[in-house]
Amino acid sequence: MTALAPLTTRALPTRKDEAWRYSDVDAAARAWPLAEPDRIVVRAGEAAHRTMLQDVAASDVAIRDLVVEIGAGGIFGLHLLDMGGALGRVTIDVTLHEGAHFELNAALLGAGDQTIELVTRVTHAEPRATSNQTVRAIAGGKATTSYLGQVCVARDAQQTDAVQSFKAMLLGRGATANAKPELEIFADDVKCAHGASVGQLDQQALFYLASRGVDPARARTLMLQAFISGLFDDIADEAERNRFEAAALARLEAME
Amino acid sequence: MLTIDNLRAEVDGKAILKGLSLTVNAGEIHAIMGPNGAGKSTLAYTLGGRPGYEVTGGTAELEGADLLDMPPHERAAAGLFLGFQYPVEIPGVSNVQFLREALNSQRKHRGEAPLSAADFLRLAREKAALLGLDMEMLKRPVNVGFSGGEKKRAEMVHMGILNPRLAILDETDSGLDIDALKTVGAGINTIMRAPDKAVLLITHYQRLLDYVQPDFVHILADGRIVKSGGPELAKALELGGYAEVLAA
Repeated sequence: MTALAPLTTRALPTRKDEAWRYSDVDAAARAWPLAEPDRIVVRAGEAAHRTMLQDVAASDVAIRDLVVEIGAGGIFGLHLLDMGGALGRVTIDVTLHEGAHFELNAALLGAGDQTIELVTRVTHAEPRATSNQTVRAIAGGKATTSYLGQVCVARDAQQTDAVQSFKAMLLGRGATANAKPELEIFADDVKCAHGASVGQLDQQALFYLASRGVDPARARTLMLQAFISGLFDDIADEAERNRFEAAALARLEAME
Repeated sequence: MLTIDNLRAEVDGKAILKGLSLTVNAGEIHAIMGPNGAGKSTLAYTLGGRPGYEVTGGTAELEGADLLDMPPHERAAAGLFLGFQYPVEIPGVSNVQFLREALNSQRKHRGEAPLSAADFLRLAREKAALLGLDMEMLKRPVNVGFSGGEKKRAEMVHMGILNPRLAILDETDSGLDIDALKTVGAGINTIMRAPDKAVLLITHYQRLLDYVQPDFVHILADGRIVKSGGPELAKALELGGYAEVLAA
């Protein structure tokens, strides 16, 4: 397997860079120079969990880079709610050693002119590692939500099991969702599944809700909540879970 | 209760209801029967305010209020319940959450205080028991994974909880086995057979009418009511079919 270029870059990116192809590079320039990526090391056999709620002001730019190394048999879980900034960009570069597991649950919420994006690279460097990425995106207004998910399986990383699920919902004609799954597999005994879909609010369901008396704004919020439901259920700390649910709900209620 | 006068409606530019008139008084159950394509479901959806069902003429009033002028959720608050032939599945939204939302939305619209979670659950449990629906089903996402019979039972539980003045039930009997048919029939009688309520039962077949005795039966054909009568009209249809009864 060829050496992987880091997801994070020192030089100002252009949209010719694969990992920036749907980004707002002008907004990104405002955040330059970037801070060093946040490095997380999970030792062999240990489990770690992080939450990230990215909600900077809509006029700001947020670029958060995460580099994660998970030792043999280790587990790392991340819950991400990415919804702030003119550009709200999160990159996660994960390397899995033997039998390690990476679990990602992410919601990308974009409104107005926001560009909200998630770029992941999950490298299964050794055998029997598993990864599961569940990403839901909702784009309203003229917002762009993007998920670029790369899975790399090294030559001897047999019995890799990697799953990516991306579903996006567009609230209007001006909104955009991009999905770019990318698999680079050099082993022969692997399971890599990826699914991506882009849809709109189900008008039949909206009418069903309205016909029972739910007012249209509330019906819409209910449907949007349902779309991202379950993503944050596994946040063990109740206060933190409530913080995620409340922040998402407040944003969904305000989205057009 | 419900007064429909010369109602015309079209779907995708095609005229479906062509001057339909019907009066339903409080305390009455009316059955509307008719061949495929007569406009039965269009009547239900038009009265419910479904987008895409365009009213091109006539009036429909619910207790004197102009039904056609209201958005769907206000029609519900005004006392209308629309039972769906194909209840919609909504993953991620539980029945309990949906119904409490619906009921309190209606109550708010009518200037009534919202029901607390505890009071709502008590009500839901009572109505679910009445219809023989396991309360656990109500905690699951709306209609997801429900069998045809369970969906229709759930519709009746919705009706019981929302307690409407007028229920328009669109082919509620389709897809039901005999046991479910009996339960649904009993549910309609228990919930809606009252002096201040009324039911418009839209059905293909006589068989539901064995369990819910209508006061009036109407035959809808080509967008109009072409024949009205008592329960005997449904029996005649069962024996002779639409062609024979309409020719008579």
